[in-house]
Amino acid sequence: MHLVPLLPLLVLLAACQPPPGGRAAMPGTDAEAGLAAMHRAGCGACHRIPGIDWPRGELGPSLDGVAGQTLIAGRLPNQPELLAAYVRNAPALTPETTMPAMPISEKEARDVAAYLYSLAAD
Amino acid sequence: MSRPISIASPQIEAPAIDAMSGWPPPVFDPAGPFAGSITTLAWALLAMGVVVFAVVMFALYVALFGRETTRERLDGKRAIWIGGIGFPVVVLTALLVWGLSLTSRLTPPVTGDELRVQVSGEMWWWRVAYLDAAGATWLHDANELHIPTGQPVVIELRSADVIHSFWVPRLSGKLDMIPGRLNRLRIQADEPGSYGGQCAEYCGGPHALMGFFVVAHTPEDYARWVAARRAPVAPPATPSAQRGEQLFDSAGCGACHRIAGTAANGLAGPDLSHVGSRRSLGAGILPNNRGTLIGWIGDSQSIKPGNRMPPYTSLPGEDLQALADYLEARK
Repeated sequence: MHLVPLLPLLVLLAACQPPPGGRAAMPGTDAEAGLAAMHRAGCGACHRIPGIDWPRGELGPSLDGVAGQTLIAGRLPNQPELLAAYVRNAPALTPETTMPAMPISEKEARDVAAYLYSLAAD
Repeated sequence: MSRPISIASPQIEAPAIDAMSGWPPPVFDPAGPFAGSITTLAWALLAMGVVVFAVVMFALYVALFGRETTRERLDGKRAIWIGGIGFPVVVLTALLVWGLSLTSRLTPPVTGDELRVQVSGEMWWWRVAYLDAAGATWLHDANELHIPTGQPVVIELRSADVIHSFWVPRLSGKLDMIPGRLNRLRIQADEPGSYGGQCAEYCGGPHALMGFFVVAHTPEDYARWVAARRAPVAPPATPSAQRGEQLFDSAGCGACHRIAGTAANGLAGPDLSHVGSRRSLGAGILPNNRGTLIGWIGDSQSIKPGNRMPPYTSLPGEDLQALADYLEARK
């Protein structure tokens, strides 16, 4: 049982990433509406997004796998409310970002976050 | 991150209507008299094709399975003369005459008192110039056409490079834009709205991504639109937009793009004097907003591969934001 001293380390590692089920749970959201909102706002101009065949912009990061990321934009904890806030008004959270505030409603922002989290389930 | 995050802060509200409304354009849904006659003709030709197909299939059935006497009759010279020569000559001639008379109003001689707009096809966008009564250009624009409802507008079609084709399915027919030649096409919208258009002649590379919009206003709204376009655009008001104007100059954007009232006078790319008011970006393909504007400037090649604008991935985010601030305000 000489691995026992490593147990606290394992616990710490597990804490780095919350369980996907808990993160994806966004009550009252509509992931499909989120995809429609991304189509309408033209998010694909900068991002590769599963479900959007064109455009597949490369100025910003691919959004495939956002659900599995520990951080949003490399510095914010990846939590539903934060992600919803970020997709609607990124400069308010990271002022030096290239991503501008987008013309989507609060509800649509939550739907977009729900859609991005739903991608992990596949 | 201890402070609570509210997403209720941004200044931007979701638009009430879809910016890309009208695209892709439906082809059997005319919104004016010229598109109406084209649609009538299209249905008539389709019906005629169905009838002829049915008759041919019937003749084939008789030839294969009919009684001996009927098959002999079908084999005779008389059947060839009537069914093979007489019928097609009469029917096709009638259709041709009818079709030409139905669509002759689409390609008119110019009398001088109609509204005229020059549209030039370029690889892979549309150069637009509004002409006054004397034929002089009073406004340069791109990728969007504004017209009043209820009256025909003559579009003067030219091409700067290869053959393109101007097509707004709901407002008129389709007419080629041929280098060195001037073609005229009438369009008309009966109701205000946004009508999608598309290049309909393969013109290389991103041909499929060469769209545009025709926006029809009531005559009163159109008069207001003209008045607004004749007035100069206000200079940038915010510090960021002012920095964007300097960046536009220092990054060399003015070598290809013109912005009325500034030193930017390039003619290789679309005129950006009123880019902030357009519905779309990249020639009718992206909804026009801050995000798509930044995406287009930063790396348009990943959106519309082969288009003639180079990527500006070297510009930092705050520079792209400033440029967007500047261009968004060019209403």
